[in-house]
Amino acid sequence: MAFRWKNTLTENDVTPEALYLSRRQLMGGAAGLGLATLAGRAGAMEAGLEPNDWDDITSYNNFYEFGTGKSDPANNAHALTIDPWSVRIDGLVDKPGDYAFEDIMKAMSVEERIYRFRCVEAWSMVVPWNGFELADLLTMAGIQSGAKYVAFETLYRPEEMVGQKYAVLDWPYVEGLRLDEAMHPLTLMATGIYGRDIPKQNGAPLRLVVPWKYGFKSIKSIVRITLTDKEPPTSWNIANGREYGFYSNVNPKVDHPRWSQASERVIGGGLFARKQPTLMFNGYEEEVASLYAGMDLGTFF
Amino acid sequence: MLERVNSGLRRIPAWLLYVVLPLPAVWFLYLGLTGGLGAEPIKALEHKLGEFALQLLIAGLAVTPLRRHLGLNLIRFRRAIGLMAFLYVFLHLLTWLVLDVQVLSQIWADILKRPYITVGMAGFVLLVPLALTSNNFSVRKLGPRWRKLHKLTYGAVLLGAVHYVMLVKGFQLEPLIYLGVILGLLALRIEPKKLRRRFARQSAA
Repeated sequence: MAFRWKNTLTENDVTPEALYLSRRQLMGGAAGLGLATLAGRAGAMEAGLEPNDWDDITSYNNFYEFGTGKSDPANNAHALTIDPWSVRIDGLVDKPGDYAFEDIMKAMSVEERIYRFRCVEAWSMVVPWNGFELADLLTMAGIQSGAKYVAFETLYRPEEMVGQKYAVLDWPYVEGLRLDEAMHPLTLMATGIYGRDIPKQNGAPLRLVVPWKYGFKSIKSIVRITLTDKEPPTSWNIANGREYGFYSNVNPKVDHPRWSQASERVIGGGLFARKQPTLMFNGYEEEVASLYAGMDLGTFF
Repeated sequence: MLERVNSGLRRIPAWLLYVVLPLPAVWFLYLGLTGGLGAEPIKALEHKLGEFALQLLIAGLAVTPLRRHLGLNLIRFRRAIGLMAFLYVFLHLLTWLVLDVQVLSQIWADILKRPYITVGMAGFVLLVPLALTSNNFSVRKLGPRWRKLHKLTYGAVLLGAVHYVMLVKGFQLEPLIYLGVILGLLALRIEPKKLRRRFARQSAA
């Protein structure tokens, strides 16, 4: 007999909630559902931070391994193999070795962090990342007492990463943090956006997110993490040390030699978007300023 | 063959370029307004206009070598190409002023403090007298000085290419290719005879 079973399912039940709900509803809804407990973590859920659309976040990327154009990563990153994936953790750690991505994910607890993302090119977004604290991963590997810095390395595989066929930068891409920066609770290893697996153009399967630093510090598609006692080399600093320092903290008072860092354009505002003032440490001054107490940020840019 | 091409070209009125060449600008603007230029249309529009300006400047620069070395005669179109190149440089500058930087005080600071903007701006300034004298009246009035004045194009185009080379991050090929093409087109203008004569004079002295 027909119509015995009444379908009460809607689109809501099929599509993951985070994707179905528009960004405004997502924020309101999350708070209403009591998920606002996340807000207790520093900067996790901040009032007035409205995430960019999925399309903005995944179509406008700097990932020179796939080309220097903003849409190149979205066009070319499909060629990247991310399964299997492992991260070599070595240097001054108790348990060095190759950690399979799945094993890392089993050991870590993933949460959502909505962060401002400020590119050194003076544009910005707000991204709802999913990820775990880098501190947890480093602790799992066992940090030895002599460790002072953390070095990171992106995959080098020119047959899949077409941008690596050109000497735009000295491949593979490398980055670094001071250990206290790496251990800061804001420092995230992102594995997702909007509750979905992080897209390849955004640095799949796992990338760093350091929200108070310019975006290029947040190295993508990481294959190696090394704890060291010396400040590690970083790609943009190697390419142009006058323009890109090791710290690269977001600082409206220290200009890039070629452009002002006092203001930024939020992506998604269209052709007539107004600029907005850039915040010290990208708005995370309260949380991170103490890391740099007594340092001249004009010298250590 | 070349004769036929040249006579075919003679039948194309030069004014057609003033109708056709502004169309890409309209298209870029339409794309920018409708999301076709991506998530950040301001920089995209700025770059598209700048790149097209550079291409038109190169086209203008190619007219003389094409005629001298290949016998292809495009001289009738050169004024239109040049003026349209100026239009695109102007639109590129306008996009930067109005949509990109927005703040008047920062515009001045940028022009003075940022070398790649200083260089681009200098290129634009060099083009202004050329655009103003791109008419028959000025050609007649200035006589031989017109030719001399319009040699400023070489400087302006070079500054445009250097502006592009200076603004990219990392080691990128595209702006260097533009610079290389421009240097090549300028090198084709060096007349070996003249050069040899000058060299002979110098060594005699």
